[in-house]
Amino acid sequence: MVGPRRTPNTLKAVGLLVALAALVVLGLLSVWLGSKSIPFTATWDVLWNNDGSNDAVIIHEYRVPRTLLGMLVGAALGLAGALMQALTRNPLAEPGLLGVTTGAATGVVISLGFLGISSLLGYVWFAFAGAAIASVVVYVIGSSGRRTASPERLVLAGAAVTAVLFAFNSAVLLMDPEAFDQYRFWQVGSLAGRFYDVLLPVLPFIVVGIVVALLLIRPLNALAMGEDLGRALGAHPDRVRVVGAIAITLLCGAATAAAGPIAFVGLAVPHMARLIAGPDQRWVLPYSLVLAPVLLVGSDIVGRLIAPPSEVQVGIVTAAIGVPVFIALCRKRKLTSL
Amino acid sequence: MSPVVTGRVLRTRSEAMSVRVAGRSVSVCVGIVVVLLVVMCATLMTGEYQLSVGEVLGAVTGTGEGSADFIVNTLRMPRLLTALFVGAALAASGAILQGLTRNPLGSPDFIGFNNGAATGALLVIIVFGGGMYQIAVGALLGAIITALLIYVLAFSRGVHGFRFVLIGIGLNALALAVNSYLITRASLYDALTAQAWLVGSVNGRGWEHVAAAGLAILVLLPLALYHSRSLAMMELGDDSAKALGVGVQRSRAVLIVVSVLLAAFATAAAGPIVFVALAAPQLARRLTKSASPGLISSALMGGLLLIAGDFAIQRAFPTAQLPVGTATGCIGGLYLIWLLASEWRGKARYS
Repeated sequence: MVGPRRTPNTLKAVGLLVALAALVVLGLLSVWLGSKSIPFTATWDVLWNNDGSNDAVIIHEYRVPRTLLGMLVGAALGLAGALMQALTRNPLAEPGLLGVTTGAATGVVISLGFLGISSLLGYVWFAFAGAAIASVVVYVIGSSGRRTASPERLVLAGAAVTAVLFAFNSAVLLMDPEAFDQYRFWQVGSLAGRFYDVLLPVLPFIVVGIVVALLLIRPLNALAMGEDLGRALGAHPDRVRVVGAIAITLLCGAATAAAGPIAFVGLAVPHMARLIAGPDQRWVLPYSLVLAPVLLVGSDIVGRLIAPPSEVQVGIVTAAIGVPVFIALCRKRKLTSL
Repeated sequence: MSPVVTGRVLRTRSEAMSVRVAGRSVSVCVGIVVVLLVVMCATLMTGEYQLSVGEVLGAVTGTGEGSADFIVNTLRMPRLLTALFVGAALAASGAILQGLTRNPLGSPDFIGFNNGAATGALLVIIVFGGGMYQIAVGALLGAIITALLIYVLAFSRGVHGFRFVLIGIGLNALALAVNSYLITRASLYDALTAQAWLVGSVNGRGWEHVAAAGLAILVLLPLALYHSRSLAMMELGDDSAKALGVGVQRSRAVLIVVSVLLAAFATAAAGPIVFVALAAPQLARRLTKSASPGLISSALMGGLLLIAGDFAIQRAFPTAQLPVGTATGCIGGLYLIWLLASEWRGKARYS
């Protein structure tokens, strides 16, 4: 494997600030642009004092929560992906590997197919519960007795549980076309139609997940050198893995519950972060935290503008925009190992 | 310390040729074959019309009477053989790719071939409204184009295994997005057809599907076996393999092509049956207790997984016509969970 590229720390910090600035600009654009055109000055005025006009309603009740949700979901997925890849030391790992995404999907399928719940708000909690249960099951299967889960077993257990749940979901959906008709729009991953009623319930989970993830930076760096060296450096591999798995479940579970499965972000953004900043988790995690919402909010804007008055779901646009960037980075830079 | 050479080494008198035979692998393979034959007999005998062993044997050898002959040779046998060959092809493809990438996740499910094939098939179903034959051709083209794209994009002064995989998962995400987009834009009927195809099914497959999958196995598996020695050495890392005299770039190129084509033909015949390519090599590896997934044992395991899954789904839901992918996911997944859990109780050897 090719050794890490050295970029001076100041340069990395500047890069992070640039990314943050881009995120702020995109946030403003996301509030400004939409199917109803509102001049930028008016948007700006209304944003800071809510005068109750039509434009103010559109901006404060539709566009602002959607933008905030996009940032939160993006941050959660990016961070969960970086955490997952660091914990399993597997560059192909994505946050859904612990069964979180499929668990959430199963929650949605159960609420659609068996309970007849068909409102977005109704199945947010089912999705979250499904994600949490699935990841606990994966963790229990993946851990080996007194020693806790090794990365490879965890990955295999995740794949096994995912396969079983996927089979269950497909069987239910194929026998219930009505449920499938709703599910197919959930499974794309979208921010449309999500307002404060979706944003507020998932907010605390994501915030806690972010804090926990950032607290893990130091021990993750120690573990990157291998289990034994990490232990010698004072890290507790088992404890780090349990806490990490909890953070991933919170982050990815909440994000998936709110916006549906958006697979590519959690997988690719940590790679982009590593290609820019090298393997040091002190940079990879913050970069993932900022770059992922840039990708998600940017994609959401494009999806809204590309074919008005209908929109293209954000899950599709993130892949359409992210994949070429990802491939270009893979080709250009020397690859950094984990 | 384990001995350097495991198993028995068979040598000719002058030691001009020697072959290492791992006893456990051979017995595991024989065991799988026995189970395979039992499940195959059960599949051919049971169903809406029960047939006796004699009737089935008669039909297979071409001396059966009218109805038994029709049921076995036209309805049940093509479906059974399609499942067998597709399972074996997927599993072998997965075993090769997992060996090449030294990663249990390096299966065609993750690297875009399957979703590329699905994109081809969905385009045929949703945009052009084609039938089963056109869908298969669309899938085949989709998989091959995806693989070519990955190869071209990953190529710079030779193919770096890791870059190949990364670009593969990138294109996989793109194909997945296109697929979801097509499904949201289609009519509900087309979307359901597409979804059923996406799960992977062998319902109503005929002899032409058997021929496609069987031919792929017949040509590609020996090629893969020929190169599997270098595969085992490449698992030590490129540099060690080179030092051991493996032409790394050439072997890798051949193996990748073989793996892609196996997955492509299997997917064209039965849809992207998930999890077989990932699980079968892992299951085989755990049964044979060898370090890397063997090609033959993986292929047999894949075939078994698929025909057992198809048998189960036909008996459990005779009227629903559920696709076999639902059963392989369930059976393979539960079996893998059970294996992991029993290792958990025993000595955690492979952790």
